[in-house]
Amino acid sequence: MSDTGTDRQTWIVEAEVMPRTGVNDPQGEAVMSGLHSLGFAATSRVRCGKLIRIETVAVSEDDAIRQGTEMCERLLANPVVEEYVVSVASVVDGGTDS
Amino acid sequence: MTSDFTIGVISFPGSNGDQDALHAITSDLGVAARSIDYRATDLSGLDAIILPGGFSYGDALRCGAIARFAPVMSELRTFVEQGKPVLGICNGFQVLCEAHLLPGALIRNKSLKFHCFRTNIRIDNATTAWTSGLTEGEVLELPVAHGEGAFYADPSRIEHLRVNGQIVARYCESDGSVTDLANPNGSVAGIAAICNEARNVVGLMPHPERATDPLLGGIDGLKILKSVLNRVAV
Repeated sequence: MSDTGTDRQTWIVEAEVMPRTGVNDPQGEAVMSGLHSLGFAATSRVRCGKLIRIETVAVSEDDAIRQGTEMCERLLANPVVEEYVVSVASVVDGGTDS
Repeated sequence: MTSDFTIGVISFPGSNGDQDALHAITSDLGVAARSIDYRATDLSGLDAIILPGGFSYGDALRCGAIARFAPVMSELRTFVEQGKPVLGICNGFQVLCEAHLLPGALIRNKSLKFHCFRTNIRIDNATTAWTSGLTEGEVLELPVAHGEGAFYADPSRIEHLRVNGQIVARYCESDGSVTDLANPNGSVAGIAAICNEARNVVGLMPHPERATDPLLGGIDGLKILKSVLNRVAV
Protein backbone atom coordinates (compact mmCIF):
# COMPACT_ATOMS: atom_id res chain seq x y z
CA MET A 1 0.00 0.00 0.00
CA SER A 2 1.10 3.54 -0.64
CA ASP A 3 1.94 5.66 2.37
CA THR A 4 1.15 8.92 0.62
CA GLY A 5 -2.53 8.66 1.37
CA THR A 6 -3.54 8.84 -2.29
CA ASP A 7 -5.71 6.11 -3.67
CA ARG A 8 -3.27 4.65 -6.18
CA GLN A 9 -4.38 1.52 -7.99
CA THR A 10 -3.34 -0.52 -10.97
CA TRP A 11 -5.74 -0.12 -13.88
CA ILE A 12 -6.04 -1.86 -17.18
CA VAL A 13 -6.28 0.75 -19.92
CA GLU A 14 -7.29 -0.37 -23.41
CA ALA A 15 -6.49 1.69 -26.47
CA GLU A 16 -8.42 0.68 -29.57
CA VAL A 17 -6.63 2.07 -32.62
CA MET A 18 -8.41 1.97 -35.99
CA PRO A 19 -7.63 3.25 -39.49
CA ARG A 20 -9.40 6.55 -40.08
CA THR A 21 -12.41 6.71 -42.37
CA GLY A 22 -11.16 7.30 -45.89
CA VAL A 23 -7.79 5.65 -45.29
CA ASN A 24 -7.27 2.46 -47.30
CA ASP A 25 -7.29 -0.69 -45.18
CA PRO A 26 -6.09 -3.48 -47.49
CA GLN A 27 -5.74 -5.79 -44.49
CA GLY A 28 -9.44 -5.37 -43.73
CA GLU A 29 -10.29 -6.03 -47.38
CA ALA A 30 -8.21 -9.22 -47.36
CA VAL A 31 -9.96 -10.43 -44.20
CA MET A 32 -13.34 -9.71 -45.76
CA SER A 33 -12.38 -11.69 -48.83
CA GLY A 34 -11.42 -14.60 -46.52
CA LEU A 35 -14.75 -14.37 -44.73
CA HIS A 36 -16.57 -14.42 -48.07
CA SER A 37 -14.61 -17.54 -49.02
CA LEU A 38 -15.82 -19.18 -45.82
CA GLY A 39 -19.41 -18.47 -46.76
CA PHE A 40 -20.04 -15.32 -44.72
CA ALA A 41 -21.67 -13.78 -47.77
CA ALA A 42 -23.47 -11.11 -45.76
CA THR A 43 -20.18 -9.52 -44.64
CA SER A 44 -20.10 -6.07 -46.22
CA ARG A 45 -17.20 -4.29 -44.55
CA VAL A 46 -14.17 -5.20 -42.44
CA ARG A 47 -11.70 -2.79 -40.87
CA CYS A 48 -8.61 -4.05 -39.05
CA GLY A 49 -7.04 -2.10 -36.22
CA LYS A 50 -5.24 -3.00 -33.05
CA LEU A 51 -6.00 -3.27 -29.38
CA ILE A 52 -3.27 -2.25 -26.97
CA ARG A 53 -3.77 -3.28 -23.34
CA ILE A 54 -1.74 -1.38 -20.77
CA GLU A 55 -1.44 -1.86 -17.02
CA THR A 56 -0.78 1.43 -15.30
CA VAL A 57 -1.00 2.93 -11.85
CA ALA A 58 -3.47 5.79 -11.55
CA VAL A 59 -5.22 7.64 -8.78
CA SER A 60 -8.65 7.43 -10.41
CA GLU A 61 -10.48 6.16 -13.47
CA ASP A 62 -10.24 9.63 -14.97
CA ASP A 63 -6.50 9.64 -14.35
CA ALA A 64 -6.16 6.23 -16.04
CA ILE A 65 -8.11 7.46 -19.08
CA ARG A 66 -6.07 10.67 -19.15
CA GLN A 67 -2.85 8.64 -19.18
CA GLY A 68 -4.15 6.36 -21.95
CA THR A 69 -5.23 9.37 -24.03
CA GLU A 70 -1.82 10.98 -23.72
CA MET A 71 -0.16 7.67 -24.69
CA CYS A 72 -2.33 7.51 -27.82
CA GLU A 73 -1.64 11.12 -28.73
CA ARG A 74 2.11 10.77 -28.33
CA LEU A 75 2.80 7.22 -29.53
CA LEU A 76 0.10 4.56 -29.81
CA ALA A 77 -1.86 6.14 -32.67
CA ASN A 78 -0.69 8.11 -35.68
CA PRO A 79 -3.34 10.82 -36.10
CA VAL A 80 -2.56 11.12 -39.82
CA VAL A 81 -4.03 7.69 -40.53
CA GLU A 82 -5.54 6.40 -37.28
CA GLU A 83 -8.15 7.27 -34.67
CA TYR A 84 -8.43 5.81 -31.20
CA VAL A 85 -10.76 5.14 -28.31
CA VAL A 86 -9.45 4.74 -24.77
CA SER A 87 -11.34 2.72 -22.18
CA VAL A 88 -10.61 1.42 -18.71
CA ALA A 89 -11.33 -2.28 -18.78
CA SER A 90 -11.01 -3.31 -15.16
CA VAL A 91 -9.07 -2.83 -11.95
CA VAL A 92 -6.34 -5.40 -11.42
CA ASP A 93 -6.04 -5.18 -7.63
CA GLY A 94 -6.13 -2.84 -4.70
CA GLY A 95 -2.69 -1.32 -5.09
CA THR A 96 0.96 -2.07 -5.45
CA ASP A 97 3.61 -2.73 -2.86
CA SER A 98 5.83 0.13 -3.93
CA MET B 1 34.29 21.07 -53.63
CA THR B 2 33.56 17.47 -52.71
CA SER B 3 36.95 16.38 -51.45
CA ASP B 4 36.02 16.60 -47.79
CA PHE B 5 32.29 16.10 -48.16
CA THR B 6 31.09 13.46 -45.69
CA ILE B 7 27.71 11.76 -45.65
CA GLY B 8 26.55 10.05 -42.46
CA VAL B 9 24.36 6.95 -42.54
CA ILE B 10 22.39 6.26 -39.37
CA SER B 11 22.09 2.61 -38.31
CA PHE B 12 19.07 1.83 -36.16
CA PRO B 13 18.51 -1.62 -34.70
CA GLY B 14 16.89 -3.40 -37.66
CA SER B 15 18.23 -1.14 -40.41
CA ASN B 16 19.32 -3.26 -43.37
CA GLY B 17 20.04 -0.71 -46.08
CA ASP B 18 22.81 1.02 -44.13
CA GLN B 19 25.68 -1.02 -45.59
CA ASP B 20 24.26 -0.59 -49.11
CA ALA B 21 24.20 3.18 -48.60
CA LEU B 22 27.72 3.31 -47.15
CA HIS B 23 29.01 1.24 -50.07
CA ALA B 24 27.21 3.35 -52.68
CA ILE B 25 28.58 6.57 -51.19
CA THR B 26 32.20 5.48 -50.89
CA SER B 27 32.58 3.17 -53.90
CA ASP B 28 30.20 4.63 -56.46
CA LEU B 29 29.64 8.25 -55.48
CA GLY B 30 33.25 8.57 -54.38
CA VAL B 31 32.90 10.67 -51.26
CA ALA B 32 33.47 9.88 -47.62
CA ALA B 33 30.80 8.08 -45.63
CA ARG B 34 30.52 7.56 -41.90
CA SER B 35 28.36 5.05 -40.12
CA ILE B 36 26.37 6.73 -37.33
CA ASP B 37 25.13 4.68 -34.41
CA TYR B 38 21.52 5.33 -33.34
CA ARG B 39 22.83 6.28 -29.88
CA ALA B 40 25.15 8.97 -31.26
CA THR B 41 24.69 12.49 -29.95
CA ASP B 42 27.33 14.22 -32.06
CA LEU B 43 26.70 14.79 -35.75
CA SER B 44 29.42 17.39 -36.23
CA GLY B 45 31.58 17.13 -39.34
CA LEU B 46 28.76 15.71 -41.44
CA ASP B 47 27.54 17.51 -44.55
CA ALA B 48 24.51 15.32 -45.18
CA ILE B 49 22.74 12.42 -43.49
CA ILE B 50 20.89 9.39 -44.83
CA LEU B 51 18.35 7.40 -42.85
CA PRO B 52 18.51 4.01 -44.56
CA GLY B 53 15.95 1.36 -45.37
CA GLY B 54 15.15 -1.66 -43.27
CA PHE B 55 12.90 -2.57 -40.39
CA SER B 56 13.96 -0.39 -37.48
CA TYR B 57 12.85 -1.89 -34.17
CA GLY B 58 11.14 -4.67 -36.11
CA ASP B 59 8.45 -2.24 -37.31
CA ALA B 60 6.92 -2.54 -33.82
CA LEU B 61 3.64 -0.61 -33.46
CA ARG B 62 4.11 1.19 -36.81
CA CYS B 63 7.05 1.46 -39.20
CA GLY B 64 9.39 4.10 -37.80
CA ALA B 65 7.31 4.74 -34.68
CA ILE B 66 9.98 3.59 -32.22
CA ALA B 67 13.08 4.77 -34.12
CA ARG B 68 11.78 8.28 -33.70
CA PHE B 69 12.77 8.06 -30.01
CA ALA B 70 16.35 6.92 -30.69
CA PRO B 71 18.91 9.20 -29.00
CA VAL B 72 20.31 10.38 -32.35
CA MET B 73 16.98 11.86 -33.38
CA SER B 74 17.17 15.00 -31.26
CA GLU B 75 20.53 15.86 -32.77
CA LEU B 76 19.13 15.05 -36.22
CA ARG B 77 16.37 17.59 -35.59
CA THR B 78 19.02 20.25 -34.92
CA PHE B 79 20.85 19.18 -38.10
CA VAL B 80 17.60 19.67 -40.05
CA GLU B 81 16.98 23.07 -38.46
CA GLN B 82 20.43 24.13 -39.63
CA GLY B 83 19.22 23.50 -43.19
CA LYS B 84 21.53 20.59 -43.84
CA PRO B 85 20.43 17.83 -46.24
CA VAL B 86 18.72 14.71 -44.89
CA LEU B 87 17.43 11.85 -47.03
CA GLY B 88 15.14 9.14 -45.67
CA ILE B 89 15.06 6.06 -47.86
CA CYS B 90 12.18 3.61 -47.44
CA ASN B 91 12.13 2.92 -43.68
CA GLY B 92 14.10 6.15 -43.28
CA PHE B 93 11.18 7.95 -44.98
CA GLN B 94 8.79 6.29 -42.51
CA VAL B 95 10.99 7.39 -39.58
CA LEU B 96 11.03 11.01 -40.83
CA CYS B 97 7.22 11.03 -41.09
CA GLU B 98 6.82 9.56 -37.60
CA ALA B 99 9.27 12.17 -36.29
CA HIS B 100 7.17 14.90 -37.96
CA LEU B 101 10.16 16.06 -39.96
CA LEU B 102 8.04 15.25 -43.02
CA PRO B 103 4.24 15.40 -43.33
CA GLY B 104 1.95 12.43 -43.95
CA ALA B 105 2.33 8.73 -43.25
CA LEU B 106 3.15 5.49 -45.05
CA ILE B 107 0.69 2.63 -44.81
CA ARG B 108 0.27 -0.94 -46.06
CA ASN B 109 0.60 -1.50 -49.82
CA LYS B 110 -2.78 -1.68 -51.52
CA SER B 111 -1.95 -5.17 -52.79
CA LEU B 112 -0.89 -6.38 -49.31
CA LYS B 113 2.19 -7.81 -51.03
CA PHE B 114 5.77 -6.92 -50.24
CA HIS B 115 6.97 -5.13 -53.37
CA CYS B 116 10.45 -5.93 -54.59
CA PHE B 117 10.95 -4.81 -58.17
CA ARG B 118 11.99 -1.85 -60.30
CA THR B 119 9.81 1.20 -60.67
CA ASN B 120 9.94 4.40 -62.65
CA ILE B 121 9.57 7.71 -60.90
CA ARG B 122 9.05 11.14 -62.42
CA ILE B 123 10.86 14.04 -60.78
CA ASP B 124 8.38 16.82 -60.00
CA ASN B 125 10.68 19.05 -58.00
CA ALA B 126 14.32 19.41 -59.02
CA THR B 127 15.12 22.10 -56.47
CA THR B 128 15.54 19.96 -53.35
CA ALA B 129 18.84 19.08 -51.74
CA TRP B 130 18.61 15.58 -53.22
CA THR B 131 17.19 16.31 -56.70
CA SER B 132 19.07 19.46 -57.73
CA GLY B 133 21.16 17.50 -60.23
CA LEU B 134 18.02 16.36 -62.04
CA THR B 135 15.51 18.16 -64.22
CA GLU B 136 11.78 18.42 -63.71
CA GLY B 137 10.04 15.68 -65.65
CA GLU B 138 13.10 13.44 -65.70
CA VAL B 139 12.33 9.73 -65.27
CA LEU B 140 14.48 7.50 -63.06
CA GLU B 141 14.37 3.73 -62.80
CA LEU B 142 14.89 2.64 -59.20
CA PRO B 143 14.19 -0.52 -57.20
CA VAL B 144 11.60 -0.59 -54.44
CA ALA B 145 11.49 -3.02 -51.52
CA HIS B 146 8.63 -2.33 -49.12
CA GLY B 147 5.43 -3.67 -47.63
CA GLU B 148 4.21 -0.37 -46.27
CA GLY B 149 5.02 2.21 -48.90
CA ALA B 150 1.66 3.78 -49.65
CA PHE B 151 1.94 7.48 -48.87
CA TYR B 152 -1.12 8.97 -47.25
CA ALA B 153 -2.16 12.46 -46.29
CA ASP B 154 -5.67 13.90 -46.28
CA PRO B 155 -6.85 15.70 -49.44
CA SER B 156 -6.24 19.20 -48.11
CA ARG B 157 -2.69 18.29 -47.09
CA ILE B 158 -2.04 16.71 -50.50
CA GLU B 159 -3.25 19.89 -52.18
CA HIS B 160 -0.99 21.94 -49.91
CA LEU B 161 1.98 19.71 -50.78
CA ARG B 162 1.21 20.04 -54.49
CA VAL B 163 0.82 23.81 -54.48
CA ASN B 164 3.89 24.19 -52.32
CA GLY B 165 6.06 22.01 -54.56
CA GLN B 166 6.66 19.42 -51.85
CA ILE B 167 5.78 16.47 -54.07
CA VAL B 168 9.27 15.53 -55.23
CA ALA B 169 8.56 12.41 -57.32
CA ARG B 170 5.66 10.23 -58.44
CA TYR B 171 5.50 6.68 -59.79
CA CYS B 172 5.17 6.75 -63.56
CA GLU B 173 5.39 4.79 -66.79
CA SER B 174 8.73 4.69 -68.59
CA ASP B 175 7.61 7.66 -70.72
CA GLY B 176 6.95 9.73 -67.60
CA SER B 177 3.16 9.56 -67.63
CA VAL B 178 1.67 9.18 -64.17
CA THR B 179 -0.95 6.42 -64.21
CA ASP B 180 -2.71 4.24 -61.65
CA LEU B 181 -1.06 1.21 -63.20
CA ALA B 182 2.37 2.68 -62.55
CA ASN B 183 1.50 3.29 -58.90
CA PRO B 184 2.44 -0.03 -57.32
CA ASN B 185 1.38 0.50 -53.74
CA GLY B 186 -1.66 2.74 -53.76
CA SER B 187 0.13 5.94 -52.73
CA VAL B 188 -2.20 8.93 -52.78
CA ALA B 189 -1.50 10.91 -55.98
CA GLY B 190 1.14 8.31 -56.88
CA ILE B 191 3.59 9.96 -54.50
CA ALA B 192 7.01 8.30 -54.27
CA ALA B 193 8.93 11.15 -52.62
CA ILE B 194 8.18 14.36 -50.74
CA CYS B 195 10.20 17.10 -49.07
CA ASN B 196 9.77 19.51 -46.20
CA GLU B 197 9.03 23.18 -46.78
CA ALA B 198 12.72 24.11 -46.56
CA ARG B 199 13.57 21.52 -49.28
CA ASN B 200 16.49 20.08 -47.26
CA VAL B 201 14.67 16.97 -46.00
CA VAL B 202 13.50 14.43 -48.57
CA GLY B 203 11.72 11.11 -48.03
CA LEU B 204 11.93 8.61 -50.88
CA MET B 205 10.37 5.15 -51.02
CA PRO B 206 12.54 3.65 -53.81
CA HIS B 207 16.20 2.81 -53.14
CA PRO B 208 18.72 5.05 -54.95
CA GLU B 209 21.60 3.35 -53.09
CA ARG B 210 20.72 0.10 -54.85
CA ALA B 211 21.07 1.60 -58.33
CA THR B 212 24.56 3.06 -58.35
CA ASP B 213 26.51 0.57 -60.46
CA PRO B 214 25.76 -1.11 -63.81
CA LEU B 215 26.27 -4.45 -62.05
CA LEU B 216 23.20 -3.66 -59.96
CA GLY B 217 21.15 -3.14 -63.10
CA GLY B 218 21.15 0.63 -63.19
CA ILE B 219 22.88 3.82 -62.09
CA ASP B 220 19.95 6.22 -61.81
CA GLY B 221 20.29 6.24 -58.02
CA LEU B 222 23.62 7.99 -58.37
CA LYS B 223 21.82 11.04 -59.77
CA ILE B 224 19.97 11.43 -56.46
CA LEU B 225 23.10 10.98 -54.36
CA LYS B 226 25.17 13.27 -56.61
CA SER B 227 22.64 16.05 -56.25
CA VAL B 228 23.57 16.60 -52.61
CA LEU B 229 27.13 17.39 -53.64
CA ASN B 230 25.83 20.42 -55.57
CA ARG B 231 24.71 21.88 -52.33
CA VAL B 232 27.28 23.84 -50.48
CA ALA B 233 26.44 24.02 -46.79
CA VAL B 234 23.66 26.53 -46.22
